[in-house]
Amino acid sequence: AAGMFLRLLSDIQWRAANPKWRGMSSSRRRTSTTAEPHPVSLPAQAQVVICGGGITGTSVAYHLSKMGWKDIVLLEQGRLAAGTTRFCAGIVSTARPLSIERKMAHYSNKLYEQLEQETGVPTGYTKTGSISLAQTQDRLISLKRIASSLNVMGIPCEIITPKQAVQLHPLINIHDLVGAMYVPEDALVTSASVSLALATAASRNGVQIHERTSVSHVTVQKGHVTGVETDRGRIQCQYFVNCAGQWAYELGHSGEEPVHIPLHACEHFYLLTHPLTEPLSSSLPTVVDPDGRIYVRNWQGGILSGGFEKNPKPLFTEGRNQLEIQNLQEDWDHFGPLLSALLRRMPGLEALQIMQLVNCPESFTPDMRCIMGESPTARGYFVLAGMNSAGISYGGGAGKYLAEWMVNGYPSENVWPLDLKRFGTLQSSRTFLRHRVMEVMPLMCDLKVPRWDFQTGRQLRTSPLYDRLDAQGARWMEKHGFERVKYFVPPGKDLLDLDHSKTFYKPDWFDIVGAEVKCCKEAVCVIDMSSFTKFEISSTGDQALESLQYLFSNDLDVPVGHVVHTGMLNEKGGYENDCSIARLSKRSFFMISPTDQQVHCWAWLKNRLPNDSNLTVEDVTWKYTALNLIGPRAVDVLSELSYAPMTAEHFPSLFCKEMSVGYANGIRVMSITHTGEPGFVLYIPIEYALHVYNEVMNMGQKYGIRNAGYYALRSLRIEKFFAFWGQDLDAFTTPMECGREFQVKLEKGMEFVGQEALLEQKQNGVYKRFTMFILEDHDTDMDLWPWWGEPIFRNGRYVGKTTSSAYSYTLERHVCLGFVHNFDEKTGEGLVVTTDFINQGEYEIDIAGQRFQAKAKLYPFSSLFTQRRRKDEVELSGYQRE
Amino acid sequence: FYLTPPQVNSILKANEYSFKVPEFDGKNISSVLGFDSNQLPANAPIEDRRSAATCLQTRGMLLGVFDGHAGCACAQAVSERLFYYIAVSLLPHETLLEIENAVESGRALLPILQWHKHPNDYFSKEASKLYFNSLRTYWQELIDLNSGETTDVREALINAFKRLDNDISLEAQVGDPNSFLNYLVLRVAFSGATACVAHVDGVDLHIANTGDSRAMLGVQEEDGSWSAVNLSYDHNAQNEHEVERVKMEHPKSEEKSLVKQDRLLGLLMPFRAFGDVKFKWSIELQKRVVESGPDQLNENEYTKFIPPNYHTPPYLTAEPEVIHHKLRPQDKFLVLATDGLWETMHRQDVARIVGEYLTGVHHQQPIAVGGYKVTLGQMHGLLTERRARISSVFEDQNAATHLIRHAVGNNEFGTVDHERLSKMLSLPEELARMYRDDITIIVVQFNSHVIGACQNEE
Repeated sequence: AAGMFLRLLSDIQWRAANPKWRGMSSSRRRTSTTAEPHPVSLPAQAQVVICGGGITGTSVAYHLSKMGWKDIVLLEQGRLAAGTTRFCAGIVSTARPLSIERKMAHYSNKLYEQLEQETGVPTGYTKTGSISLAQTQDRLISLKRIASSLNVMGIPCEIITPKQAVQLHPLINIHDLVGAMYVPEDALVTSASVSLALATAASRNGVQIHERTSVSHVTVQKGHVTGVETDRGRIQCQYFVNCAGQWAYELGHSGEEPVHIPLHACEHFYLLTHPLTEPLSSSLPTVVDPDGRIYVRNWQGGILSGGFEKNPKPLFTEGRNQLEIQNLQEDWDHFGPLLSALLRRMPGLEALQIMQLVNCPESFTPDMRCIMGESPTARGYFVLAGMNSAGISYGGGAGKYLAEWMVNGYPSENVWPLDLKRFGTLQSSRTFLRHRVMEVMPLMCDLKVPRWDFQTGRQLRTSPLYDRLDAQGARWMEKHGFERVKYFVPPGKDLLDLDHSKTFYKPDWFDIVGAEVKCCKEAVCVIDMSSFTKFEISSTGDQALESLQYLFSNDLDVPVGHVVHTGMLNEKGGYENDCSIARLSKRSFFMISPTDQQVHCWAWLKNRLPNDSNLTVEDVTWKYTALNLIGPRAVDVLSELSYAPMTAEHFPSLFCKEMSVGYANGIRVMSITHTGEPGFVLYIPIEYALHVYNEVMNMGQKYGIRNAGYYALRSLRIEKFFAFWGQDLDAFTTPMECGREFQVKLEKGMEFVGQEALLEQKQNGVYKRFTMFILEDHDTDMDLWPWWGEPIFRNGRYVGKTTSSAYSYTLERHVCLGFVHNFDEKTGEGLVVTTDFINQGEYEIDIAGQRFQAKAKLYPFSSLFTQRRRKDEVELSGYQRE
Repeated sequence: FYLTPPQVNSILKANEYSFKVPEFDGKNISSVLGFDSNQLPANAPIEDRRSAATCLQTRGMLLGVFDGHAGCACAQAVSERLFYYIAVSLLPHETLLEIENAVESGRALLPILQWHKHPNDYFSKEASKLYFNSLRTYWQELIDLNSGETTDVREALINAFKRLDNDISLEAQVGDPNSFLNYLVLRVAFSGATACVAHVDGVDLHIANTGDSRAMLGVQEEDGSWSAVNLSYDHNAQNEHEVERVKMEHPKSEEKSLVKQDRLLGLLMPFRAFGDVKFKWSIELQKRVVESGPDQLNENEYTKFIPPNYHTPPYLTAEPEVIHHKLRPQDKFLVLATDGLWETMHRQDVARIVGEYLTGVHHQQPIAVGGYKVTLGQMHGLLTERRARISSVFEDQNAATHLIRHAVGNNEFGTVDHERLSKMLSLPEELARMYRDDITIIVVQFNSHVIGACQNEE
């Protein structure tokens, strides 16, 4: 092992401009065992302290210093780039499943390309390209989807035949391949050198770097970071950045106020070989064979090959380990299946001599996405960790976004999918993490099909009706730890098992969901929607109303008993949250937001509401079970159960009232359904949940009531053109851009967050527009189904991407929702999008490289759907979440 | 055409049997943890038999393998009867009296043995009355003989073997009015069987062996490695003492004709056996019995055939050689097996394979490349082989099955080769016997804690 480290180290030509820095660099050349005096004492204070000298920490330091922040200290417990970064395979690949991930990787690639020139530190950057192989048609489809996305980003990428693949890389055995994807600009780097180059540049910009300094904990006062305690003394600071990689979890938990960073380390193996008889060219493309679970890159004339096995070995579950270099045991038996896959892919390597099997732990997160952002509990505490073995690919871009976030208050792209606040304390159980990462790591290579549900770490949060619904054939999915019904399998009907149900085409539940939708349209269905985040905001005086009027764009000064759909906007007018708020009394409000808003919305309110003991916010999510009664007969069921008239005259749409249902009193009934269909949501104190459910089901029998799941809800809301926060709406989307101007009351008589930005948009127009597309020549049975993220073409030119899609059982067509931009033909700059621009275009949606004609609409087919509405407020394209 | 691994498994596991000695709250704890046994036929039907039983009126457990020849009748009879003869030989005078009184007065009999049988191990219902009467005669004689001395296991074993063989011989001479039974007793007498029986009582292990089956003790050395200790001597031409014995018992004039082509009188492989009256009776007796016997016997060329150079019978005995061994904590298991196993595997390999199987340590030392020159191909081969070894271990829940898998499937590297295993198991009936013999194995696992405790007491 030592031989390899020396070899890697010798690649690093160390030159530093900063004299302090030079002292450190020379010291690190000496043997690590000798206790040497630290050359420079720690400063007593700094604006920013970054913990971790790997790729993420150095990237954050580099970008912060580039953006003009100078008072930065970077602390590394061992030596720079000596953790996971040291062992990293050094592959920079843009072929990533998520749009934000592709953007980060693309930026990283561009950054590393010029880094050597910028810093003088050789980084080993070589543009080799990469070939991703497909052994099955399904795999090829997933590659085609990525290729479509890369192409519209301007990243060259093509789907090639096996024969073309072997021309690019003569060692590949192609007999079992159906195709491949070639990304010519993907690159290789020496990862430790990249990290050192970033450190060098940061250091030139004034960042102080201290090695052999470990952070013991971070101090927080009044919800703000105040400093860090290290083994060499205390540093006062306003900002702390946790870039501690696999130790980020423990570091987060070390302070008095724990910061939950859900990640867990797994062993990761790769093989290094001696050079081939005829050494491999350093420009030979990297080969990724996801079906064989392996990657292969050229390495010093030989190869470096690793993979993501089916049976990963999680480690450090108990924490404790603070070793600088994790020189773990090689485990050949464990690596065996990957070696088989390698020799199957490249049989010519049989005679190649082994140099070493490297075991380097990587950290994985519960949803395979990295973690960045600010702690919901400690302001100024930022995190960038959990890179899921793509630290080099993401490091550059992720560091940039985090630096922007710290300097500007928000990053330049929507990073919600990566935001720390998508997790809460519930994901930070070690047992949960251990089990989940054992599922996540193999997923790196598994086929990513629509509607994937994790199998581990389930049944954590459940509705009191869980067992009842499960016994009736419920199939479950999970959101933020909460079990939610997808659909109900009727008795006697069997669905495919998990592995066989993976498809990019028409799924096996198609008819089941169709029947549930039909029942919603014609009779009445019950959907358990208990997972929604529910807050109660109340005050002794007018504080609640005043604060909410400031934080929300719609007018909340409505009569008691009214429900208002409103966005919770940021300064740029973008949706931080999308909620329904019921005015329970003059001084109290009941707020319903999407399930995964529990942490984010709480933090947002806490940080912005005045610190007033007369104003209270309470998370009452766990107190209520929510039953959504959808359908024309919901009225009949409810009025029979409550002996109260429920017709539109007595109980208009967007209305809220506490009433009795069956024997249970105090049920909060709201005339919303989140679908545009008529019906009610019942918020039931949990001890009454079973009673009310039983009453509803018994009474509903004569009206044809049945259970339904979220897939039916989804189909209903999409055909009604309802946007969903977290899927269609994000912090970069304003109400003006999605046809919700009616939910913004610019003249409500008081200032609110985002008002200025919206006013400006109202005057100048919007630069993107939420649009509904009906697929015209798409065969539901034969063609690939849209999912989300498909490129939209207008008159042959790329204008945006879809954000969600569903089959509409009413229209008998697929409906996609997405944003249309107007990119200038020459400059690519975004121009104003007008209604005419939308209406006067021929549209196509690209599904895995195949384009389907689509009809664009800015309003739903209201004629198809008859419903009763309150005159002044239309639930139309109002609001939805799932 | 190959058998799939599940098909191979179903063949190998068809006859497997396991017995775990139950624990009684720390009381009466046995030195035997339990045993695994299994059989793989090559003959159709198989001529091997096995038996296992716990003595209920005395302490101890009996286990035995029986290799039949010239048919399975003798092996079957011995497997049913021998343990009763041994158990009765071991019984104290009072118990024998009690039993006799019970039979006399038609009361319920004290159970003597608790059998541990595989469903395929059958007992002949028709002959049970006949067998019982012979056994009763034996214990009546024992009662009359009452020596007043405590029974010595060695003596009991020798007496039981000899008495049973004598009864087999007598029953054939006397015949039976029931024609089925008459034919049966003749078939039993004219066929033969070897027997290798273990009696375990605390730390006392006795092996009584007649013929060429074998008992082997698996011993774990201090360094964890495994070695084999023989607890029986084969009675065949390879055993000098045995050849010497046979020669001593017959006139010098017959010296040359006694052992020919490594066989007794040029015909029989084992030098001791039950049944085989053709090597025991005088020519006159043989002729009389065959002629007065049923037609089936008369028409059988084999029974009519008199061995050459047949001058001074008997040439064959069922008297066993008994070895006594005091069990030590390092004695982990005992293997009893018919020659079908020992022909294919060295006892040292048997000790290692069973030892590693039972301890669950398969010596999967992690592989380290270190400074060696290893190619990817070599490493791949090595890993594949290790995986195969692990998976074959995981497939077997029975040490005897595991041993048979190795005996039949081992390749030149000492690892199970599925292809070979599949070929050997799919041989047609008429060919199977040419490539392998019937294999019967019992692996007895000892309780080192109990043995250690017993040792300390003594």
